[in-house]
Amino acid sequence: MEDVFDAVVVGAGLAGSTAAYCMAAAGLNVLVIERGSFPGAKNVTGGRLYAHSLEKVIPGFATEAPVQRSITRETLTFLTEHSAISVDIASDKLLEFPSYTVLRPEFDAWLAAKAEAAGAMIVSGIRVDEPVLREGKVVGVRCGEDTMEANVVVAADGVNSLTAQRAGLRQDLEPGEVATGVKCVIELSRKVIEERFNINERSGVARMFVGECTKGLPGGGFLYTNLDTVSLGLVVSSAALAASPHSLVELLEDFRQHPQLKELLEGGSVVEYSAHLVPEGGLKMVGTPVADGLLVVGDAAGLVLNTGYSVRGMDFAVASGEAAAKAVITASKTGDFSSVGLSSYVDDLKQSFVMKDLETFRKAPGFLGNRRIYEEYPGLIEEMLLGVFGVDGSPRTPMRKIVTGAVKDHGGAVRLGRDLLQGVKSI
Amino acid sequence: MRRASIEELLGTNKYEVDGGEPHIVIDKAACARCSPESCACVKACPAGLFKIVGGTIAFDYAGCLECGTCRLVCRQKGIRWDYPRGGFGVEYRYS
Repeated sequence: MEDVFDAVVVGAGLAGSTAAYCMAAAGLNVLVIERGSFPGAKNVTGGRLYAHSLEKVIPGFATEAPVQRSITRETLTFLTEHSAISVDIASDKLLEFPSYTVLRPEFDAWLAAKAEAAGAMIVSGIRVDEPVLREGKVVGVRCGEDTMEANVVVAADGVNSLTAQRAGLRQDLEPGEVATGVKCVIELSRKVIEERFNINERSGVARMFVGECTKGLPGGGFLYTNLDTVSLGLVVSSAALAASPHSLVELLEDFRQHPQLKELLEGGSVVEYSAHLVPEGGLKMVGTPVADGLLVVGDAAGLVLNTGYSVRGMDFAVASGEAAAKAVITASKTGDFSSVGLSSYVDDLKQSFVMKDLETFRKAPGFLGNRRIYEEYPGLIEEMLLGVFGVDGSPRTPMRKIVTGAVKDHGGAVRLGRDLLQGVKSI
Repeated sequence: MRRASIEELLGTNKYEVDGGEPHIVIDKAACARCSPESCACVKACPAGLFKIVGGTIAFDYAGCLECGTCRLVCRQKGIRWDYPRGGFGVEYRYS
């Protein structure tokens, strides 16, 4: 190909396809290169897309997109070996903050098709080997023996961010700033899912788990209901995993066998097992997402927020893709594709929820590294609740004593006080 | 639902294995500097593809889930890592 594209997008995930959609809709000449055999073939999510940012780009998208279920119930569960202690909200009010469970192969294929319909060219089954640099400026990408030239390359190639690394913009990830996620998709009949989770034909549940499911390692579990499947998985600090005797597969299989989960999943069969890295460094790992001729979006830029009770990446990816597209559209008018000419991308991110939320929760990664959250506190809550609810005819203990006893057994009041204070400041 | 082994879990996936070009290559010299009991790759790979056989690391890229964990946790920086060539590797249908 001899032509110079206005933009080449590396990766047809949510960030890449959103960027391509917006740029193509503005009349730019856009090429998207996807290494999977179709858009979505390489992509993994825990399960839930917060709709707001895609709603802004494609209003009413959920009426035509392959979304699975609309979340009407949120549960955060502390797990011990025997118990599950939950904070749970089931409410129609959650529909005012729409979020949907999604499966990426079908969802990403849909979004890429929207970009294609808007005029972008999508090529699948081709791996971008490296960005092409000329005088320090990114001028295209190389795929095998072919070079595609572009005014701007949008690196939407996911968490490993090889394009930005090879352009010299990012260092490789540190094991301490990422988590490894695994997930199995479990097939159950639609009727069984709706009965067991007490939902109707379109509604769904999102569950987060803390404690026994990671055997005390920093991380957590998740469960999302899809139409005919349930997504169940774990996300564990990669650094902690490398130093632990536990393997992720053992942890996942133990999690699946937990007495509180087993009956929910009984009779189901695993139809897929996937793994993916999750950027969890928060604000610190974002760095500079712009260079001469290059914009970095979505996971590739580290745009993920984990607060412990919610994990968001896809809504950030969509918003960053849209912001990157705006910057390329602006630069195409001035003809300045340097980092200065593209800098409105960074300004846009700063003014949007993306950087504001990362800023608000900048201390969350440090707090969530505290092992007592996973090792001690689920057991503390269990001991208190068993003390309160367990009646066997022996003389009762007043609640005050139950609480002080449980606190003493699980690290003591000073530590708990300090951790609570840190939690209040962080999340 | 009974426990599944890693082989059974990987067996549910669809792969297009690239017979011609491994996308992950281990530097045996770097491996030799690591003690097999403490190899981070063995513990952290979610597909369990790094195994200790006869005191050295044996690795099979065919079941790779393409996450990147092994490259990051290797203390010897002994893993040359790339994505599989276009169209090859794991092909997710549900994730």
